[in-house]
Amino acid sequence: MSETRSVLSPASLFTTAVSARSIDDDVYRPAESFPTGRWWAAITVTSFMALIFAVSVGYTVVVGIGTWGNNVPVGWGWAIVNFVFWIGIGHAGTLISAILFLLRQRWRTGIARFAEAMTIFAVICALQFPLIHTGRPWLAMFWLIPYPNGQGIYQNFRSPLEWDVFAVSTYGLVSLLFWFTGLIPDLASARDRAKHGFRKFAYGLLSLGWNGSNRGWTHYEKAYLLFAGLSTPLVLSVHSIVSFDFAVAVMPGWHTTIFPPYFVAGAIFSGFAMVATLIIIMRKMFRLQHLITDNHLELMNKIIIVTSMMVGYAYAMEFFIAWYSGVAYERFVFLNRAMGPYAWAYWIMVFCNVVAPQLLWFKKIRRSVLLMYPVVLLVNVGMWFERFVIVVTSLHRDYLPSSWDYFKPTWVDAGLLIGSFGLFLTLMLLFCRFLPTIATAELKAVAPGAQPSHGGSHD
Amino acid sequence: MTEPTRNSTALGLVGLYDDPDSLVQAAEQVRDAGFKHWDCHTPYPVHGLDDAMGLKPSPVPYVTITAGFIGLITALLLTGLLSAWHYPIRIGGKPLWSWQAFVPIYFELFVLFAALATMGSVIFFCRLGRWHSPLHDSGVMQAITCDRFAIVLESRDGAYSEPAARQLLEATGCQDIRPLVEHEEEDDGVI
Repeated sequence: MSETRSVLSPASLFTTAVSARSIDDDVYRPAESFPTGRWWAAITVTSFMALIFAVSVGYTVVVGIGTWGNNVPVGWGWAIVNFVFWIGIGHAGTLISAILFLLRQRWRTGIARFAEAMTIFAVICALQFPLIHTGRPWLAMFWLIPYPNGQGIYQNFRSPLEWDVFAVSTYGLVSLLFWFTGLIPDLASARDRAKHGFRKFAYGLLSLGWNGSNRGWTHYEKAYLLFAGLSTPLVLSVHSIVSFDFAVAVMPGWHTTIFPPYFVAGAIFSGFAMVATLIIIMRKMFRLQHLITDNHLELMNKIIIVTSMMVGYAYAMEFFIAWYSGVAYERFVFLNRAMGPYAWAYWIMVFCNVVAPQLLWFKKIRRSVLLMYPVVLLVNVGMWFERFVIVVTSLHRDYLPSSWDYFKPTWVDAGLLIGSFGLFLTLMLLFCRFLPTIATAELKAVAPGAQPSHGGSHD
Repeated sequence: MTEPTRNSTALGLVGLYDDPDSLVQAAEQVRDAGFKHWDCHTPYPVHGLDDAMGLKPSPVPYVTITAGFIGLITALLLTGLLSAWHYPIRIGGKPLWSWQAFVPIYFELFVLFAALATMGSVIFFCRLGRWHSPLHDSGVMQAITCDRFAIVLESRDGAYSEPAARQLLEATGCQDIRPLVEHEEEDDGVI
């Protein structure tokens, strides 16, 4: 086997010489030392934002969803925009943990844990929006889950919204199980490193008594592979089903067959941008640049540009099909998107998602944190606007000009959006503080010299 | 450090190795010596160790696929019985048992049941949920979950006798052989 310094060779995963012990020391250090001032400052800001979320939810529940900007043609406003945005953010985690695992991309090991955590927290944020949009979230269980009940009435299983209940809850739960399975050996490492009694107890409890037995590893590895195999079609199905919420409706601008692949590509695009946005800060905050290297960032940027081209293609194809269909309503919706009252939103979307990522064709920009950071930030913005454009511009001028209206969000809408970022970032900061941000058992296994030199030519 | 200072029972021997090559070669020798109650403990999965230990393929996939099909049947019954029989509503002129529209639910419940069963079988087959291990009492667990590799020979094996086991480990080139012990006091602060 020739050891070229390609992205697949163990040496190129690290910028310094590493050993199993040095990996452990570096990854567990944040959890074993008192948090830094920067961490306290960050969590103060994000918990204040999370408080804004709590206030906005409370106000919505007490007063009603009439406090939102939703009006008669625009019955779905920011709530569904935020829902789709957050679900999309989660997709990078599953792509990295499952699909790149099946494709034997070893560079995934450095970033998989962090991205998976992001998936779970993003799904938590996403779930808030449909729940509060029901108006009475305490009754949502009865409306959403089919269980035997005194009224003897049940859900309509032909509805994409009901498919969504199954898809998103399965996705959230399976992501959590996959993440936890990956964490078990690392929690055992954390347990055995712990000096403080309570820390030893807590990590020990969570590690379920893992002892590194190879009779265990053989089942564990098989199970991990199966989780990856189950998660791969699952992640593709989730955003497809989310897109059915729109595509199944007989609504110009929504009723298109391109939606499922277009949504999946967009989800991966936005997810990778969010992973890059946060992991750059995380690796600096916790001094992990030698484990999450510029190579990792470059590879993520390559995925970002590929998926950017996919969404760009979808934007163009939507216009072509609108023209080619010959349907006057369909044509109008698309012209109205690009040139109507919401043209500003449409062109922000095109600029952020299609134009700005073109900078990533340059290797220098892909490898420079300072130069790529504005691009990934713009992608985050652009992908939120994509969902805004899809939801609001399709609805605000429907079939009857007499019912046309302009959607304006209220402070409650803004509070929910900012607040959901607060909830998400607070959970991320707590994760970085208490759990290993890098899958150490996996990373040790791909370090140079970690595997027997004779025979074994797996992956 | 590892000498049994308290009331403790000897359960076997632990041999520690510093690199995966010696571990795999040692595992082959122990396998060929005919031991049954023995195991390797590693900080991460080592390629080729399953063969070196002579382990059978894991049965987890059978559990996963069985549970997946149970999930699929559950979804078929759930959607079919509710939509076509218990609570029939005609929507959009579609047939009551419009199975095509239920495919997303079939798929999701397949995955959900399969994943839950996979998690369950990890816990069952890896014997998780037993928080106490003699490896803690023997003072080797910290090395195992960090960077060292261990072979454990248990005294309950029929072929076990301490001098023979020690000789076998020495023959594999093991430099660091320690007794596997279990303390009698449970409340020693070690999980």
